[in-house]
Amino acid sequence: MLLVPCPHCGPRNASDMSYGGEPHSRPDPNTTSPEEWRTYLYLRDNKSGWITENWYCSSGCRKHFKLERHTLTGELRNPPLPGNKTGGHK
Amino acid sequence: MGKHRTPARYSAAGLAWRGLRRKNWPRVWREPELKSAYDVVIIGGGIHGLATAYYLAANHGITNVAVVDKAYLGSGGSGRNTAIVRSNYLTPEGVAFYDRSLDLYNTMSTDLNINVMFSARGHMTLAHTDSALRTMNWRAEVNKLQSIDSSVIGPDEIKKLSPSLDTSPNTRYPILGALYHPPGGTIRHDAVVWGYARAADAHGVDLHQKTEVLDILCEGGDGPDGKGPGGKVTGVRTSRGDIHAPVVVNCTAGWASTIAAMAGVRLPITTHPLQAAVTEPVKTFLPTVIVSGSLHVYVSQTDRGELVFGASVDPVATYDMKGTLEFTEELAGHVLELMPGLSKMRLMRQWAGLCDMTPDYSPVMGPTPVDGFLVDVGWGTYGFKAGPVSGEQMAACVAHNATPELIAPFVLSRFTDGTLVGEKGAAAVGH
Repeated sequence: MLLVPCPHCGPRNASDMSYGGEPHSRPDPNTTSPEEWRTYLYLRDNKSGWITENWYCSSGCRKHFKLERHTLTGELRNPPLPGNKTGGHK
Repeated sequence: MGKHRTPARYSAAGLAWRGLRRKNWPRVWREPELKSAYDVVIIGGGIHGLATAYYLAANHGITNVAVVDKAYLGSGGSGRNTAIVRSNYLTPEGVAFYDRSLDLYNTMSTDLNINVMFSARGHMTLAHTDSALRTMNWRAEVNKLQSIDSSVIGPDEIKKLSPSLDTSPNTRYPILGALYHPPGGTIRHDAVVWGYARAADAHGVDLHQKTEVLDILCEGGDGPDGKGPGGKVTGVRTSRGDIHAPVVVNCTAGWASTIAAMAGVRLPITTHPLQAAVTEPVKTFLPTVIVSGSLHVYVSQTDRGELVFGASVDPVATYDMKGTLEFTEELAGHVLELMPGLSKMRLMRQWAGLCDMTPDYSPVMGPTPVDGFLVDVGWGTYGFKAGPVSGEQMAACVAHNATPELIAPFVLSRFTDGTLVGEKGAAAVGH
């Protein structure tokens, strides 16, 4: 199982976390068309390679953070830092 | 069917004859040169791709077809699944579809002249809660309306069918009842792959193993290099050279999104690994397939005596197929709750396969916004049991250039139109 480096709780087992998946921006519900809204709801890049994804430390600090992971090899890079939601590399 | 050739027929007499004369068996399928043009290129040499190729040739006479796979035939989900077939789904669309598949599996051994070892041993989906029992009753009624042999049975009858199950009320998750589906069972999945490959090859289809698709060639689309909606497919670029083809069918699992992105098509898919495990072989004691949605486990015993276990998909979307200790721990716990007598059994190995999950637990089949680029993807945890019917229907879709009725509910455009097919009878759904 993946060892997820929580910026606050340190490395925790992925089963301690909630997986948020690939981030995608939400269109404005007041101005968007049904097609755009459904694209946002359903279509995914599902990339094989380096991705940045959302995690929620549900049984620890209860903070959301972003993680860079290689979906084919399971490698991680630029572990997130405390207070920096967008990852330690920025 | 100009290139039709009869393969060596498999029969008991042939086996004895070859055995006694110590004659070698002929190659089962050719290893053809890669041609520069085909009428249809099918990406993915699993059950879905091979079945599509076979039915294109056998039912529609389209034999100038190539199946390309980056590894060997049946190297993906086709050889990793737990080989269970059934048709007791919940939506009318799903029931009609999977029942046709079961029909094709029933006659497959004679149709393809290969023993697929179909054992219609019965399939039980256990209910541990009132709400699960309610869903089972719902499913049974939907099934009965469509003439599927499916009914809800109580703990006594469950105990009679599978004595090793703990049906006492003193367990943490007592067994309250089960959805019993006698025509369900198991099939040897490798034989299905080999059967379709052999039959497709005999009809003149070229099977290209170790041929990776690097790009899909398009023209006229909105995106870069003429890809994307509004364009059309002109061929594929493979690790062994370019192939021109007006029709390209994506029959991959695990790589569906990656291949579709090569044509500029986005899919409603996330890829999750599903782990399975097998025990050491023991004497036959488990007569039916046992599934528990609430405990996330399914069990069947193979002809060799091993118990094959599967679970639900891992929660993280990834292409990484490493096994985890959590899986075996949880699996062992749940299996022992169902069958405490197995506590001394040893696991022999575990493995994982990739499942392309869609938001409504139904596949994505048929045309895409790119002309000539078809998909047969999003097969989640139910691809094996749907293999034959998917091949048959995708072949009809290619041959007639129209979406057949049976797969019309599963087209990609349902996600933009908002007409999803919520299949709560899928294995990955807990009740």
